Amino acid sequence: MERSRRVLEMKGITKQYFGNTVLNDVSIALCPGEIHALVGENGAGKSTLMNILFGMPVIHTTGGFSGEILIDGEKVDLSSPAAAMQAGIGMVHQEFMLLPGFTITENIKLNRETTRQNALSRLFHSQSLDYLDVPTMRKDARRALDRLDLSIDEWLPVAGLPVGYMQFIEIAREVDKKEVKILVFDEPTAVLTETEADRLLGSLRRLAADGIAILFITHRLDEVMAVADRITVLRDGETVARLNRDEAVVERLAELMVGRKVEKIDLPPRHKDPGEEDLALTIDNLVVNMPGEMVRGLSMTIRRGEILGIGGLAGHGKLGIANGIMGLYSSSGRVSKNGDDIPLNSPEQVLLKGLAFVSEDRRGVGLLLDEPIERNICVTAMQAQNKFLRSWPHFLPGLRLENRGEIRAYSDEMIRKLDIRCLGTTQPVRSLSGGNQQKVCVAKALALDPEILFVSEPTRGIDVGAKRLVLDLLVRLNREHNVTIIMTSSELGELRKICDRVAIVYRGRLAGILPPDASDAEFGLMMAGGVRKEAV
Amino acid sequence: MTLRLRRIVENIGIPRLIIAGFLLIIFITAYITDMSVPQLMTDSLVRVGMNGILVLAMVPTISCGVGLNFGLPLGVLSGLVGALISMERNLKGFSGLFAAIGFAIPIAVVVGYLYAKLLESVKGQEMMVGTYVGFSTVAVMCVFWLLAPFKNPELIWAIGGKGLRFTLTLGNHFGKVLNEFAVFQLFGVKISAGLLGFFLLFCLLIYFFYKTKLGIAMLAAGANPVFARSAGIDVRSMKAVGVVLSTVLAAIGIIIYAQSYGFLQLYMAPLMMAFPAVAAILIGGASLQKATISNVIIGTLLFQTLLTTALPVTSRVIQGDISEVARLIISNGMILYALTRSTGGK
Amino acid sequence: MTNMTDPKTVESGRSVSLDVRRIIATNGVPILFLALSITMALVAGLNVTFLLNEVVTRLARNSLLVLSLLIPVTAGMGLNFGIVIGAMAGQGAAIAVTYWGVTGVRGFLLACLLSTPIAAIAGWLAGNVLNRAKGREMITSMILGFFANGIYQLIFLFIVGPIIPLNDRRLLLPSGIGVRNTVDLINIAQSLDKIWRPVIGGVRIPVVTLLISAGMCVVIGFLMKTKMGQNLRAVGQDMHIAEVMGIKVDKTRIIAMILSTVIAGWGQLIFLQNIGTLNTYNSHEQVGMFSIAALLVGGASTRRATIWQAIVGVVLFHTLFVVSPLAGQRLFGVPQIGEYFRVFVAYGIIAVALALHAWQGRQVRRRAAEEAMLTE
Repeated sequence: MERSRRVLEMKGITKQYFGNTVLNDVSIALCPGEIHALVGENGAGKSTLMNILFGMPVIHTTGGFSGEILIDGEKVDLSSPAAAMQAGIGMVHQEFMLLPGFTITENIKLNRETTRQNALSRLFHSQSLDYLDVPTMRKDARRALDRLDLSIDEWLPVAGLPVGYMQFIEIAREVDKKEVKILVFDEPTAVLTETEADRLLGSLRRLAADGIAILFITHRLDEVMAVADRITVLRDGETVARLNRDEAVVERLAELMVGRKVEKIDLPPRHKDPGEEDLALTIDNLVVNMPGEMVRGLSMTIRRGEILGIGGLAGHGKLGIANGIMGLYSSSGRVSKNGDDIPLNSPEQVLLKGLAFVSEDRRGVGLLLDEPIERNICVTAMQAQNKFLRSWPHFLPGLRLENRGEIRAYSDEMIRKLDIRCLGTTQPVRSLSGGNQQKVCVAKALALDPEILFVSEPTRGIDVGAKRLVLDLLVRLNREHNVTIIMTSSELGELRKICDRVAIVYRGRLAGILPPDASDAEFGLMMAGGVRKEAV
Repeated sequence: MTLRLRRIVENIGIPRLIIAGFLLIIFITAYITDMSVPQLMTDSLVRVGMNGILVLAMVPTISCGVGLNFGLPLGVLSGLVGALISMERNLKGFSGLFAAIGFAIPIAVVVGYLYAKLLESVKGQEMMVGTYVGFSTVAVMCVFWLLAPFKNPELIWAIGGKGLRFTLTLGNHFGKVLNEFAVFQLFGVKISAGLLGFFLLFCLLIYFFYKTKLGIAMLAAGANPVFARSAGIDVRSMKAVGVVLSTVLAAIGIIIYAQSYGFLQLYMAPLMMAFPAVAAILIGGASLQKATISNVIIGTLLFQTLLTTALPVTSRVIQGDISEVARLIISNGMILYALTRSTGGK
Repeated sequence: MTNMTDPKTVESGRSVSLDVRRIIATNGVPILFLALSITMALVAGLNVTFLLNEVVTRLARNSLLVLSLLIPVTAGMGLNFGIVIGAMAGQGAAIAVTYWGVTGVRGFLLACLLSTPIAAIAGWLAGNVLNRAKGREMITSMILGFFANGIYQLIFLFIVGPIIPLNDRRLLLPSGIGVRNTVDLINIAQSLDKIWRPVIGGVRIPVVTLLISAGMCVVIGFLMKTKMGQNLRAVGQDMHIAEVMGIKVDKTRIIAMILSTVIAGWGQLIFLQNIGTLNTYNSHEQVGMFSIAALLVGGASTRRATIWQAIVGVVLFHTLFVVSPLAGQRLFGVPQIGEYFRVFVAYGIIAVALALHAWQGRQVRRRAAEEAMLTE
């Protein structure tokens, strides 16, 4: 590694989305042959920084950024992915950009095929009529695969290959680009098994030894410690630390990642604190098959009357828990309420048992966007619990029509109680603001009269003032109506603000349960898998 | 002012404005060329009542999330079988009509259920699969008409041929029973309360259906399947209910169509039945995802009036029958418009 | 790495199991139709020479139309029901050369030359429409065909005569407005077929026409080996990935539609020169459906179609076409049964292929989801 020369410098990068500052004066520098780890929680600004570096259109359609980018000491304007590629930046995507029906060679050379002229292409002066030069393409592909020490045959189709190989083919494609000086890996080990991940880290070292600078984005701290030369920690859009590897210890990194002042608010007191002796829900070995958020055998207990927080990094399965129990993704295991088993994989049965769910996907799952507020609030309770219906006409006892009066009255009451800002009960929810949509979702759950309420990412995508209101509402429900609340959130801060206990999920299992006032380092370590406690 | 105008235009929709404009021109031309405008309106209203229920059959499939029902011929064929059974038994008048509907419904329920099962496994391609399942069933039924065990001499070829005739006269059975029921005149326009009333009755029934628990569940399943699942609604059975309902309406629709026309058309006649119905509901303002009863009524009125009046009026101005060409261009243009409009729909 | 299965051994393991069962499984559809055709031919008791003559004629007549379907399938746009638009362009050109009185091969070539720009523009328009209807290209191309049919009728029934002058009693309807329902294409009739038509074993072989189809096969094969072919295949597999990798997806799809429509226009001209008469308002209507059905009978699917499947499909489908009415006559004494049966075969095979297309699409997605799970 040549410490003296800088192949990439990003200086004073600041980026705002619609008035929100997501990156504030972030700087980062890479030397040739260096492996530089960029760590941070979800939402710390890592992907925005990479989007800027890769010239993604989303940056430029939202007003661009300030700061400058230098490559080999020269200022460059990376206004498009093509420009970034030209400048020597390669990106290994998180999702595979591979065509299953093409061979490995064809995928490595996709849209960069070597071609040969022929009579027709010369006649029309058209490169698109050139023959593909398959032997040369194969030779190039072979060379790229060899650099990664991959012995697989380059003429095999990609379909049917183990996923581990696909990641390497993605890398081989970048390596094959002659001009690549900087390679960005965006959480490359997320889909790999442990042996595959080890092998990938080996490839990173080998590429770095060839003089390529590597920017390695991850939140697996053990991997950082294993390969990184230097480490930059981002938190809330700001650089909080730059460390050499020998200065870093896992505990310190974890603390830096999540550390944040928790504004303490005084929560209203209870008559009786929830305790281990009175359980609302027992979860035993829950497995949920939710793509991207797999739960792999999670067990825990929820106390009656508490607000339990569930935290963890994205992809570790915290969102899968509520979705699995509510029957939205196929699941197995045992969940019981008051000693009474709750049938899994059946949303209808779960709703009848007094459980309700406010989904993290408000617009996709939570709402009928083009339907009025009143229908959104009442339809679930109507379907699952036969509320808001009346028999009409009376000589047909089986026929039940919606009870407009009751629906209107209940919706009006909810609009008043939850302070939903709208033009009336018949306004379509699509035209409401995010915060008010979220309140409609909560009202929908309340119409079910739940004993236990799952709330996932309640403040995602809503503005600061509305966030507060939503959290206050949850506390009020808990204290005044004695609803047991299980709140899943990516924002550790808000979990620590209102929860009685915070459970941390790591790789689909319970890593441990912490009191909300536990230290940053404890939370950080647990989220990064630093310590593995057996499930409580 | 211009903003308000633009909003009005957006609310009504450009296609409807164009067609309404067309109609206006046609009626003005008719008036100038001394044609009987009341007669044109009488004919148009008959066509509306004749086609209305077939158009109504599009509503359940759209609202349950399956999309436009290009498999309409399946329901039509069920209706034809029902009508044939009624005719074979020599039932006359209203009893013939209701017997035809009564025989057709159970057949349509079974056919619709099987069709729904098929559509379930081809999610995303329902329209195309529906079209060709409809087409191939029409072809299979052609063989059936040839071999079917009907004995009534009115139905089968008198001499020489084998099987059912191409076109059966309904006159003795239940031809025009609804059309000639409770007819009254208003400003010289003959209105058949029987025919139009029957159509509106069905509109009302479907309207109330969407106020029931089942109807609302179906709407939710169509609008957002994941939402519906999370509300404990079985999305698959809701789609099945929608498809069955549509098939039953198509079966009833063709019987009403036939009684109004006076003839029962077999063999390849049902082949393209879906397309005018699809066009009509789209003209009425429906999309691939959303359709209402008012879309049905407005669409049928505009489309059928246009088709009915275009021929007699234009033939005064232009030589040749332009109405067939206009039908092709307008109906398929409308379907194209709907198909290309909302790419983000699914 | 040692605990990962080596894909090389997996691959060789697969190739060992290549046996008769596999051949039947992968070519089930053509084998089924071969059996059906042979059975029906036996039932009908057909003269072999007659059947061979019919099939060879129909092969020469129809292959180009079927070949025109291949490129959109490769580009992932499914079966292009819109080739009727190309056929209309061809018919317009045929009417024009008949009017101008250009005869023989020269007339035929002029018609091809004339149909090319019309078809290219129509294909460009169709491609743009289909780009706005991604994921439902087939239904859109079908409706597009119907819509174009309306425009075609508008032009040839109402505009030709008063607006486009055409002073030829043989072509115009008696009223002087619009083209006749049947146009005798004396100028170009059989112009290609009769250049060299040796009789071998009682079978007349239109060598030049067959050579043109063969030539088109070579051209399409060539195209698939070029950069453009690679782009078409990439877009056909995954538009999103192709776009991210910098391939111009929309443009590539439009090119596919233009090529398909142009080839279909030539195909219709070959068809017409063999038939010798033009049914102005009917000749094109069934072109899309019959060509698609033929391709599918050859074992193609909505995602994969090869030149050989096109050729085998034409032979099998048209054999069935010839024999089924006669078989119906023999078996039931009703020739219509056979006629309806072949209509059913055409529609039914398309319905089955489309259902399989949708079903397999879902399977692929489900498998991808399962694989994503297993890796964790």
